[in-house]
Amino acid sequence: MLGYYATTAISSLRRSKALAALMVLVIGLGIGASMTMITIFHVLSGDPLPGRSDHLYAPVIDVRPLERERGESAEPNGDFTWPDAMNLLRANRADRQTAMSGGAVPVRPMQGGALPFYETGRYVTSDFFAMFDVPFASGGGWTRDDDGNRARVVVLNTDLARKLFGEASPIGKTVRLKNTDFRVIGVLANWHPQPQFYAQINGRAFGKPDEFFLPLQTAQGLGMDFNGRMSCWDGDGDARTSNHCVWLQYWVQLDSTSKAAAYRQYLADYWRDQQSHGRMRRPAQPQLYPLMSWLEHQHAIPDDLRLQLSLSLGFLGVCMLNVVGLLLATFLRRGGEISVRRALGARRWDIFLQLGVEACVIGFAGGALGLCIAFLGLWSVRQRPDGYAQLAQMDPSMLLGTFALAMVASVAAGLLPAWRACRIPPALQLKTQ
Amino acid sequence: MSHSPMLASLSRHKLTVGLLVLQVAFTCAIVCNVASIVGHRLAQMNLASGVSENELTMIQSISVDESANQLAKHDADLAALRAIPGVTSVAAVDSLPFSGNNWSNGIPLVPDGPSITSATAYSGTPSAMHTLGLRLVAGRAFQPDEYIPLDAPHDSIGLNHVASTIITRALATKLFPGQDPLGKVIYPGEGPVRIVGVVDALLRPTLDESESAGFVTLFPMLPDATDIIYVMRSSPRDRERVLKDAQRVLAALDTNRVLRKPQTFSQMRDDYFRRDRTMISLLLAAALGLLLVTAAGIAGLASFWVQQRQRSIGIRRAVGATRQDILRYFQTENLVIMGGGVMLGIVLAYALNVLLMDHYALQRLPWFYAPMAAGALCLLGQMAVLGPALRASTVPPVVATRG
Repeated sequence: MLGYYATTAISSLRRSKALAALMVLVIGLGIGASMTMITIFHVLSGDPLPGRSDHLYAPVIDVRPLERERGESAEPNGDFTWPDAMNLLRANRADRQTAMSGGAVPVRPMQGGALPFYETGRYVTSDFFAMFDVPFASGGGWTRDDDGNRARVVVLNTDLARKLFGEASPIGKTVRLKNTDFRVIGVLANWHPQPQFYAQINGRAFGKPDEFFLPLQTAQGLGMDFNGRMSCWDGDGDARTSNHCVWLQYWVQLDSTSKAAAYRQYLADYWRDQQSHGRMRRPAQPQLYPLMSWLEHQHAIPDDLRLQLSLSLGFLGVCMLNVVGLLLATFLRRGGEISVRRALGARRWDIFLQLGVEACVIGFAGGALGLCIAFLGLWSVRQRPDGYAQLAQMDPSMLLGTFALAMVASVAAGLLPAWRACRIPPALQLKTQ
Repeated sequence: MSHSPMLASLSRHKLTVGLLVLQVAFTCAIVCNVASIVGHRLAQMNLASGVSENELTMIQSISVDESANQLAKHDADLAALRAIPGVTSVAAVDSLPFSGNNWSNGIPLVPDGPSITSATAYSGTPSAMHTLGLRLVAGRAFQPDEYIPLDAPHDSIGLNHVASTIITRALATKLFPGQDPLGKVIYPGEGPVRIVGVVDALLRPTLDESESAGFVTLFPMLPDATDIIYVMRSSPRDRERVLKDAQRVLAALDTNRVLRKPQTFSQMRDDYFRRDRTMISLLLAAALGLLLVTAAGIAGLASFWVQQRQRSIGIRRAVGATRQDILRYFQTENLVIMGGGVMLGIVLAYALNVLLMDHYALQRLPWFYAPMAAGALCLLGQMAVLGPALRASTVPPVVATRG
């Protein structure tokens, strides 16, 4: 019976080609636009470290002075001062912990004569590599002793290693960063988590990966330039090591929820201890964000994209309203036909089913068109200069999702008109014809 | 009176009419807000930077050697750049509009007082004002003996010793509304700084959503960081060549440095607003799509109704209605539906605006957007219904006798 309904549906759509084409086009546009944005969202809100992210936490403490500034945000931005980060590192209360900051340094190429070039990377402490499960192509990270001794060692990411040394193994070789020679002890296997969750979350959270990693204490000792946001409260002396300038990021690995609770308690104790020394005068309310909630909290996905998603969903809504109206019109126009069928003994359910199948046929065609439009939309997103652009790819689950959305939307759009049409009384319509 | 059959007829299609009204309302609400976002972004993109945009090229130089005397190096670089054919003026500056590198200070009017606002501090070599093409509208330019080093290696403490400043008209109006700013004293650092001049306009390195886009202070401080931007002024058609020459000249003078971002000012402005342009084109496409879909829906439904009412139109014609009457009937019907839709739509537009302001820090919807969108939608409705209505008016009276 359903097959027969599908055939009648197609033939009845043929009769009003323009209207049918319009409905397919409208569903296609709505589905295409919203699927493009939903796909981008799906890709960007993915887990950068599947399997490990549950155990990684961003602690947040508030070192700002007691008196609030005009327009300051209710919550601190999550950055740490140098003394606090060093205290927490020394206390070693988490399973693993690391402090870090972004860095930008001039790199001197191996070939003589060429001008140095700038590269961005990160100054981190030894646990970084194990904590974030960073894949090495060769060599490895450094030890806690190296941190303390300010060892001049560096780990390169794939691109920089290739740029400097070609295909030769860089391990043990020397690379000159700014005015200091560093020994290469490890090369990463093309590591670029998206977003770059461990860094300060800003407009560049997606895109270019860090190209080098070197010990934070070494970088601080050599006065190497850091890269990123720094907020201070009173001005005096060396800003980077002062206890009123926040600029470092701090991450801890806690392997169970009880350990997380204990660590939060430890942070509160640390806070109160600092208060007894006259610092951190705000009420001790440390936060501990699991990685994924941290990304959400920090708006890792740009606001412009959120707005585009809302807009595309609104667009889909209007398209659906439109299709409901048009379907209702086409169904009611066939009042006579429906009355005849009813008079010949068709139940309401039969009419409902027939019209529902017709809505599905339109939905199917609209979904196919929508998929094409979504592919086109994603292609155009990939042409954008933003860091996330290259991630805008359709995956199988989204492909299925597109189709499911198209079917659900068009069936939902068909329900109301089909229900209304199957209530057409048999005799009355016959009389008016 | 003549409209009562219309209302009766509309009330027989409650569901269809209701759907159409809803669709028009949502379209109106979304289009209003989209227009407001586009308008705001366009306004930001069209802000005048205050510099001679089409004559400037820039190159950033970062010296790797921190121990050298940076001021002497900058002087040598500037002399070499000035010798490039076609270059009329050169300067070294620490930042520029749209460069993204913003150094702001709170501006109190009394020592240790509350800041009235924050303003960007630009510093540059004595030729900077002329090179950038800033227009002095009051007071005087800096005198050569006023210049002191910025002292970048020591937290730019030059700011605590500088004696004079030139500010933008926008900042002057904010700090001293209705007064002459010349000779007034501000405290951006630890010491008093006297305002000696006012320039017409100059934007900050980054623009935010507030009124403060043009709050700028210029200081007679020589940038002495290892990181410096050289600005060259030339005729627009020489810009590309000047950039190439500048890179060659600077690389020849000193190899222990990084040269970055050789670009014209126009390129920098384009880069700064790239995302806004993408957003604007997307928003416009969405709004256009919405309007098209709505217009198509209206036209589709109208032509369906015309077909459905063939007989009654024929009867009306037979009892004396003119073609004009039939045409006007469908136009009025459309106006009633669209009117209902846009009225609901205006309410929804403001509701949506409140929602968006909460979530995305957007601006309040300017009042004239809603009536404009409403008018545009009604006009769109009339255009969409014109075809079906004209077809209706050609229905001959004889149809009444068929059936």
